[in-house]
Amino acid sequence: MYFANPPMFGLRSIPFAIVALTIGSLLVASCQPSKPSVKIGINAELTGEMPAVGASCKQAAELFAEQVNRDGGIMVGGTKIPVELSVVDNSCKADQSAAAAQRLISQNGVLVMVGPDASSCAIPAGELAESLGCLMISPWSTNPKTTQDTQTGKPKKNVFRACFTDRFESPVLAAFATKNLHAKTAAVLYDVTSEAPTSQSALFKEAFEKAGGKVVSMETYSTGDRDFSAQLTKIRESAPDIIYLPAPYNDTPLIAAQARQLGIKAPFLGSDAWSSPDIIKLDTGKNLEGSYFCNHYSTEAATPKAKQFIADYTARYGNAPDDVAALTYDAMGLASQSISSAGKVDRTAVRDAMAATRTFEGVTGHFVYPEGARDPEKSAVIMQIKDGSFHWVSTVDP
Amino acid sequence: MKYLAQQAINALQLGSIYALIALGYSMVYGVLTMINFAHGDVFMLGAFFCLLLIALVPVPFWLALIVVMAATALLGTLIERFAYRPLRKAPRVSAIITALGCGLVIQNTTLGISPYARPMPRLLENATYQFGGVTITMLQIVIIGVSLGLMLALDFLIRKTSFGMAMRAIASDRAMVSLLGIPANEIIAITFAIGAALGGAAGLLYGMAYPVVSASMGITVGWKAFVAAVIGGIGNMRGAVLGAFILGSVEVMTVAVLPSTYRDLISYSLLLLILVFKPYGLLGKPALHKA
Repeated sequence: MYFANPPMFGLRSIPFAIVALTIGSLLVASCQPSKPSVKIGINAELTGEMPAVGASCKQAAELFAEQVNRDGGIMVGGTKIPVELSVVDNSCKADQSAAAAQRLISQNGVLVMVGPDASSCAIPAGELAESLGCLMISPWSTNPKTTQDTQTGKPKKNVFRACFTDRFESPVLAAFATKNLHAKTAAVLYDVTSEAPTSQSALFKEAFEKAGGKVVSMETYSTGDRDFSAQLTKIRESAPDIIYLPAPYNDTPLIAAQARQLGIKAPFLGSDAWSSPDIIKLDTGKNLEGSYFCNHYSTEAATPKAKQFIADYTARYGNAPDDVAALTYDAMGLASQSISSAGKVDRTAVRDAMAATRTFEGVTGHFVYPEGARDPEKSAVIMQIKDGSFHWVSTVDP
Repeated sequence: MKYLAQQAINALQLGSIYALIALGYSMVYGVLTMINFAHGDVFMLGAFFCLLLIALVPVPFWLALIVVMAATALLGTLIERFAYRPLRKAPRVSAIITALGCGLVIQNTTLGISPYARPMPRLLENATYQFGGVTITMLQIVIIGVSLGLMLALDFLIRKTSFGMAMRAIASDRAMVSLLGIPANEIIAITFAIGAALGGAAGLLYGMAYPVVSASMGITVGWKAFVAAVIGGIGNMRGAVLGAFILGSVEVMTVAVLPSTYRDLISYSLLLLILVFKPYGLLGKPALHKA
């Protein structure tokens, strides 16, 4: 009834006028015929526990989109359609990544969702992609559960990844520890509330003991913990040859510093979650010097395609791409190849095209997707932290 | 034995930091019967102020401690003046929501300015001492020493000075205190300032002990310190310290003898059990007789 008899220029009507104008202009804007574009959603960890991961993901996706759009876009059924990115922050939290997936798929209408990167986020987001019928490619989530249907244990229909899984990574590290470092005993310290470290630790223990070693202590903590002295004192008592720390890049320097303060001298082994160069910036005490970790690619052992990407990325952002950036670039490549071979802007067709993909040449190496598989078979690299930077040690093929 | 002694030192370090933060919760509750949920974020800012200060001018540890405490004290007073004082007569739930809101504003402002975790530069020489297989670092000695010093100073302030007497008077009857001509608002502001300064000092020490500083670092620690304050009897300063050391020891000792996965389960079950038998906390007394 407010508007039944409005005063012509009453002061009170000003806020209403503003609201009405805003809504009106929004409506007009949304009614305009929009240019055809291929929408790709990015579900990234821009804030929260690992902002460096989200930043790399976003930057690589933007670089990819810029490069593709410079040539006019993705070739879809004879015409080139430009790529439009829709970037949403998932705060590195399970619930928010599901909300972000919901928003990208139902509201923003994306054709493909790239991300999330952390397994804790990729698993819930994958459930939504599965039920809403949208192709999702996680660049960096290594937890086997991401692409698995929780009920049947079979691969999910719509969820793929651009990286190897923990089933490959953890045995690679265990073999490296027993063969190259001649370790007989190992201790493991991991975040029991986070998906990737939990699965990696269990798989590492299994592989390490199969190789003849013994895991003498298996300790846990919770996300957000800063004091690891009790667990480390316990580990010190068990005197392991090596310590496996599948912790993210920002927890690892803390754990390492406390371990060294307690006089623990055993070398550390880490997962691909170490791969952000921020780990070196945060390790002010150089406690990680000499430690090894498993990674998806190395700038030192790069193919010509990877070299071109590294040069472009460095020129654009002023720092070399880490593995999240490289994998995101590959996930974007996979997405764009699927859209292209689908030949039309249609979610089901794009998903089917991705499922039909058998090989892909990415910047992180040669991808092979076996029939029906959602996880590529590809090589891993072992890296060492030496003189304040990452150095390539060896490449392990599947 | 050696193993337990090492774990005892770990517990002492953790307990000292919890105690400094728990005091802030307890002091504010003592004078206003209000839970200052922004305190965990003031603690976090203590570490960030130190980073900022060192980035501007390289100062020694003692000076950094004083500057950080002064800065967080000022912040605490501002929060009290502009966020809490206007709501002092509002329903208690509004004050709690305001406190939560203040905390979120601080946290997200910090997150906006610095979304990345940052390394804390080393302020002290990294010396390590061995006592029959037990390792203690210079840093641990400083953390425990500074915390104990600040706690003793506070205890003296509350028990032996006229300011402390005024503070205790406000805790027991705020309306009467104003009638007697004691400037209640000033005393409350100073209480906030002291609480925030202790929180800031804890943030600095915590940042030195665990040298990766991030905007979310105040959440878990803030909660744990709050729990410690409640266990000890919120509103009671010695209780807060006692609660903090108990929580620190239980946490560390649970991990020392049991698989570490059970840490929070065992420690919080035990603490709940304490509350069942001592609902006002270990040293707390039923209403009206606080501090």
